[in-house]
Formats: sequence, C-alpha cells, structure tokens
Amino acid sequence: MSAALTVQGLTKTYKNGKKALSGVDLSVPEGSFFALLGPNGAGKSSLINILADTVKPSSGQVSFLGHDLFSERRWCKQRLGVVPQEIAFDPFFAPRDILKIMSGMFGVKPDMVWIDELLERLELSEHANKNARQLSGGMRRRLLVAQALVHKPKVVILDEPTAGVDVELRKRLWGFMRELNANGTTILLTTHYLEEAEELCDHVAIINQGKLLTSQSMKGLLNTVGSSALVLEYAEDIADESLSKLEAFSPRIDANKIFLCLKKDTSGQNNFNAAYQAAIQVLGEAQSVSVQNEDLEDVFLRLTNEHKS
Amino acid sequence: MNWYGCWTLYSRESRRFLNVKMQTIVAPALTAVMYLIVFRYAMGERQVPDLDVPYFNFLIPGLVMMAMMQNAFANTSSSIMVGKLMNMQIFLMMAPLTAFEVTLAFLGAAVTRAFIVAIVLLLVLVPFTDMHIEHLWMILFYGVCGSIIMGGMGMIGGMWSKTFDDMALLNNFIIMPLTFLSGVFYSVKQLPESWQAVNHFNPFFYLIDGFRHGFLNVGDTDPSQAIAIVSMATLATIFACWKLWQTGWRLKD
Repeated sequence: MSAALTVQGLTKTYKNGKKALSGVDLSVPEGSFFALLGPNGAGKSSLINILADTVKPSSGQVSFLGHDLFSERRWCKQRLGVVPQEIAFDPFFAPRDILKIMSGMFGVKPDMVWIDELLERLELSEHANKNARQLSGGMRRRLLVAQALVHKPKVVILDEPTAGVDVELRKRLWGFMRELNANGTTILLTTHYLEEAEELCDHVAIINQGKLLTSQSMKGLLNTVGSSALVLEYAEDIADESLSKLEAFSPRIDANKIFLCLKKDTSGQNNFNAAYQAAIQVLGEAQSVSVQNEDLEDVFLRLTNEHKS
Repeated sequence: MNWYGCWTLYSRESRRFLNVKMQTIVAPALTAVMYLIVFRYAMGERQVPDLDVPYFNFLIPGLVMMAMMQNAFANTSSSIMVGKLMNMQIFLMMAPLTAFEVTLAFLGAAVTRAFIVAIVLLLVLVPFTDMHIEHLWMILFYGVCGSIIMGGMGMIGGMWSKTFDDMALLNNFIIMPLTFLSGVFYSVKQLPESWQAVNHFNPFFYLIDGFRHGFLNVGDTDPSQAIAIVSMATLATIFACWKLWQTGWRLKD
C-alpha cells in the first residue's frame, strides 16, 4: 500500500520555547482509517496544524500523496480537508453560504448537490440558512466537518471531531466517515474515545511528549504489544512506592488495584508465576486476582506511562 | 493562480460590508452630510485663501476622500481582527490561496467599499454645489491608490493587533491624526511654513490634495511629484501586505 502521508523528522518548538514535537516519523497508508492517539499535550494538534498550514514547522519533511507538502502546498491543500480542534466559524454567514465560500476558496465551483448532501448527513439542513451565530456548539462542530469535506478531499484529518457531540450523533458521524473511507478516502483522526478508535480504525499511532511511541495496524498492536494483565485487588489503596519494586512488569495502579503486564516468552509461556510471586512479596496477599486481556485503552495507558520522563 | 478562489474571497469580503449597509454605507454618508452642514453655516461664502475657490467646494472632495480611506481601512482591519478573535483565519490559511491572492482579494474588496461610499457621498453632496469633474483620471488614480494604501494598512494593522484595544490605539493615534492633518479641512497654504514642511511628510496629504485637484483643478502639491510618491507608496503597501501574509506575521506561530 502506498502512503497518503509520510512524516519524517518533524520538529516544532514554539516561540515561547515549548517543544511540541521532537522528531516525529509517521506513515499513514493510503485508504486507511488511522487513529493518532496521545494524551493531552502530546503534540497531536501541533502535528495536524503543521499539516493544515496554520502552524509553521521547525524542521522535518512531509510527503503528501507523493508530493512534497511544503514546496507543493497548493496541490496538497486541494486534496486535504482538515477539521480543526477549536471551533471556528464565520459570524457573517449561514452554513449553506459558508460551505459555498469554502468550496470557492478551494478553487471548486460549489457543487450544490454535494453541499446539500453534506448538510443532510451532518444534520444541519434545518439550520442551513440561519446565521452561524445561532448554531449550538455541536452544530458548529458538524459545520466544521462539512467545511473540511466540501471540496471532496482525498485525505481527511479530524482533530477531535466528536468532542461535545452526543452519543447518537457521534455514531452517525462515524458511520458517515466509514462510508467515505470505504469509497477510498484516507481518514486520520485524533480522539479521546479509545473504544471508538479501536472499533473504527485499522491503523493506530501513539505519540507522547512529541515522540512517536508506536505505529502499526490496530490488530498488530493489540496482538503484539497488547498482552494480558494480571490484576490484583487489595483492601486499601496501593502506595506509589511499590511501583519501583515491580518495574519489571510495567505496573500501573488504579486506586486499590494494581495491573501487571504479562509477557510471553519464546516458548509461548507467560510470566504469570513470576509476576504473581513478586506482587505478593511486595504487597502481601491480595483480596482477588484476575487476568484481563488488554484493550486499546490499556495498551495506550501502559505505553504512555512507560515513557513518562 | 487560483482565480476562482481569489474571486470567492473578494466576494466574501465585499458581501461582509454589503450585508451591513447601515453601518458601512449609510452611516458614513450621514456623517459627511453633518460635517457639511456645520461648515456651510460656520464658513458662509468664504473663499479658501490663495486658491480662489469657495470653501464649501474645497471641503467636499476632501470629505469624500477621507471617507474612502477610513472605509477601506475598516474593511480589511475588521475582517482580519474578527478572523483572529473567532479563530476564523485558519480557513484562509488552510485554503489553497497564495499570499498574493489573499492580498489581491482583500485590497480589491477595500477599493470596492471605498468607491461605493464615495459614489453615495458624491450623489448626496454634489447637488448642494456647482462643482464638477475636471480630471476624471486623477479622481480615479488617487481614489484607487488611497483605498489600496489604507486597505493595506488595515491588513497590516489587523495582523499586528492582538486585541480590539490595539486596533483602537492604531486608529486613534496614527490614522486619525494623519487624516485630520492631511488638509481635508484647510489648504496647507494657510499654515505657517514650518507646518507646511511637516505636511509634506504625510502621505495622506498627497492623496487628498490630488483627489481634490481632480474636481477643482487647483492644488497645493506638484502633480508629478505627488503621482510619483503615491505610486511608490501604493506599490510598497501591496508588497508589504503580500510578504507579511506570506510569512504569517503575527498569525502563525
């Protein structure tokens, strides 16, 4: 599969000295539904804003559908749609006009059939001729999605498109994105709803503190990096000091529970016994013991915790 | 060139002021009429010294040009300011429009607004006088250049300002003094000589004087010198807007 997007050594240091990206390498396969995950402040939005041309990169290279993003901006922009994280709207116009203007600015004569379809699919038809100031927060966010799609881009980037959107609407929005993806559009999204990302996306990358931790297919991540966890539950909350003694098992504490990562050795046996013995030695007998398979959320939390500086 | 994109942005910037005609066209016309009534009765039938024209006729072109300049400035500066505050300028940055296309569209809309205001003002004011057009080319030249210069300054001011306070500062301490001291209300020949010299460093002075020359066939400046200065200032303004937008000055971190 060829790449829709290849990022190499991208760095960004803001004028105030904040380092947002410290050398990110990332490849997004063409036609994929790609999740870019990371905790708040990991650098996701900086990366996206550089791609969208609203922030200048400090160094690095980006290839977009085989073209150099920085030297062939016009070509790339015509094929890229970005939904920014922060709500923005033109207070002078109504959604239908905003979409016509957006299409025009991309050099595309407004396709009214497509605009009406977008309004319909994003449930804005009723509000199409109201001034954008009268729209609710959720409607404004959907309008942003429509604006990003109006010129029929090949690659769509959504930076937390579902923040503040209710469950029902979120499902329908994802359904629409799935359809676009099935028709060949590459979709890159960031979200804090990890369950949704696991269900929707076929590829995933996790970044933390401006660095890429992992990037692979969703299945691959869950099968190779994802493992099972030993969960021991105690009567009282567990003190953080015990973490250092159990470092070998990438421990994570959640109040009175401790999660220890079970890794498979070459013969396929996992280290259940070793982990269990170590935990009992450090923390004493547990109230209950169980083994869980990690889902995306567990993998995400473990990876981002392991790399805390 | 993304001509269609540039045209769309131009029409967006024009529709923005056409949607609020009361504020952008009717209000400036009313202000000008009030100035005129006040000066009509304050000055009576007096003539402008040394120029030999009725003060009333002298005043009208200056007022029209002043309104054109203020409206051109307001159109670009308010658009960029609102864009910044509403986080809306990201749509301009994400669109495949070059800095030159953006500059062209913004300045084009500023000139359009200035000319609509000028035509409305002239239609309202001219019936009260016996004034007529002497040199149409001068009126057009100075009108277009003046609105480009002020539209460009509005763009730069909008990019520079972080808040509406910054914008007010710019308006009250730079734009207003330069406009009022540019000879809208007086002929520089009425000033002491030292002040006359100072006036020659005010770019607005050449614009107003040249524009008025187109109606009255008299002026305070040497026409060829004025044309050279105004042309240079216009090109420099366009160039500055283009380059500043290209680097994302105070817009992009």
